Amino acid sequence: MKNLHFKLDEKNSKIYSRIGSRATFGLIALDLAKKIDNLMILTSDVSTSAGLDRYRKSFPDKYLEVGIAEQNLIGIAAGLASENFNVFTTTFAPFQTMRCCEQIKVNLGYMKQKVCLVGLASGLVLGPLGYTHCCVEDLSIMRSIPNMAVISPADCGETAKTIYASLLYKDSVYIRLTGGSNSDIIYTKDYEFVIGRNDIIKEGDQATIISNGAILSESLKASYLLDKKGISTRVVNMHTIKPLDVDNIKKIAKTSKLIITVEEHNIIGGLGSAVAECLSTLNSSPPQLFIGIPDSYKKSGEYEYLKREYKLTSELIFRQIGEKYEQLGQV
Amino acid sequence: MLSEVKVSTIINISKEIRKSILDMALSAGSSSSHFGGSLSNVEIIATIFSIMKKYKMNDKNYYKRDRFILSKGHGCLAYYAALAHFNFFSKKELKSFEKNDSFLLGHPVINRKLGIEFSNGSLGMGLSLGIGVAFAGKIKKNDYEVYVLMGDGECNEGSVWEALMAAPHYNLNNLTAIIDRNNYQQTGSGEEIMSLGNLKQKTISFGWETKELNGHDVPSLLNCLTKKNQSKKPRMIIANTIKGKGFSFSENNNSWHHAIMTKSQYDLALKELDK
Repeated sequence: MKNLHFKLDEKNSKIYSRIGSRATFGLIALDLAKKIDNLMILTSDVSTSAGLDRYRKSFPDKYLEVGIAEQNLIGIAAGLASENFNVFTTTFAPFQTMRCCEQIKVNLGYMKQKVCLVGLASGLVLGPLGYTHCCVEDLSIMRSIPNMAVISPADCGETAKTIYASLLYKDSVYIRLTGGSNSDIIYTKDYEFVIGRNDIIKEGDQATIISNGAILSESLKASYLLDKKGISTRVVNMHTIKPLDVDNIKKIAKTSKLIITVEEHNIIGGLGSAVAECLSTLNSSPPQLFIGIPDSYKKSGEYEYLKREYKLTSELIFRQIGEKYEQLGQV
Repeated sequence: MLSEVKVSTIINISKEIRKSILDMALSAGSSSSHFGGSLSNVEIIATIFSIMKKYKMNDKNYYKRDRFILSKGHGCLAYYAALAHFNFFSKKELKSFEKNDSFLLGHPVINRKLGIEFSNGSLGMGLSLGIGVAFAGKIKKNDYEVYVLMGDGECNEGSVWEALMAAPHYNLNNLTAIIDRNNYQQTGSGEEIMSLGNLKQKTISFGWETKELNGHDVPSLLNCLTKKNQSKKPRMIIANTIKGKGFSFSENNNSWHHAIMTKSQYDLALKELDK
């Protein structure tokens, strides 16, 4: 299993982005079932939503349907993990993290039974279904549980990379899947993905945007607009929220006049908070602008509509950063 | 046929476990202990430990061991005493119960070297673990048995019913759940706090192979637990018990749910134990 490696190329990155992160998980699961023993994927009546229909038919002995019972899902997963199975569980992000939060704490955190949790359709992509199905709280909750890594892949290729890396990782991992089908591509060729090490995807020496998940592509587009405006902007893919790449954040702090965190999550407790926890330990650090969901459940609607409502489109991210940057000199 | 020797051995082990429970309760001092709910499951644990396949972690047959999960983690006094009796660690270690840095806390903490299979204490989680472990046994064709000891109080938890639904659905006949039906929970009787109704009928209707028995009667326990499960379904044993069983001052006295033991109570209990 140590030689497990996923190679990204232009072709598969396109396929994955077209089908979206959930179906990517299902496709990768098919690969994994052929490559490793003792794989078990457990779902709570979401095999179709998780892109696992083919997997379920092809590998019935490596699939377990638990029914709509997420607490039991985690307990069974931990029991299997304790017998040396490589276990994934999956359901929609709110149910994968919050419905069974204490089971995750006790079984995966406290007891260190290793399970990879895949939170489907997190963030705002399920907006038309309302906030029961949107998930803007998971990062904050999951990262407060010891012995748990938390990752939000930037695109579908990175989702594939994350699933492979999580299997080899020592602790349990929460994988937060965001975005829909036909999602933007960040990575078109192979690269080294390491859990806990962030990735600078664009250089700039005035402002730094730190982001992750599907919203990273909006941040990247915003950075080009900022460059044009004369604010040279670096973009960092902080796919791993925990363990946080503290050394890199410190380096970034030394070489930025403004740090902006952009997340499809409540600004309380998520990526912005994690970055701020690190920055606040420094003797001096640049100011931080938090862009995300301002601790509220607004009226819901389609994904693009909600991104506008929460000022998470590239244009609105660009404007907020531009305004903040202009204020810097005026203090 | 059950051998009388075996029954008497288990009765003696139960007595030893009660003695160890008294010792731990006394040494815990002001940090107090879950005395009542540990005493109700003494015979159940003594019987299971007497019949289960036990291997230490360094034994090549370790993977074949039967798995015991104490879902009602607060009943750990009896569990620790049984583990010490069967030499998973020395009896001296029992004195460290609830002391700083001890591995014997007020709820079990996973420690496979010492025979502790899982961490428990947050209620209603053990049966799900048992299902996972039993499932693994089926897939790997490893014929160990899985025993999950639950409390009746923890059956208030919805997660218990998720698990009760699932185990028969998967035909896990290598799984035995025992509900220690002592009819009390932390702040009162089950009837007052949240009635469970007829657990036997409920579990049967969920698809379990259910037996009801006296949870302090070793011959009944032994008879039931040593019978091979011929059915496809998991086994459920509703064990009617007495909370605080064994001592005049604690039987059916719910103030002993979690309490401090004085030296004079300890001395009285020792006398009653030797009667």
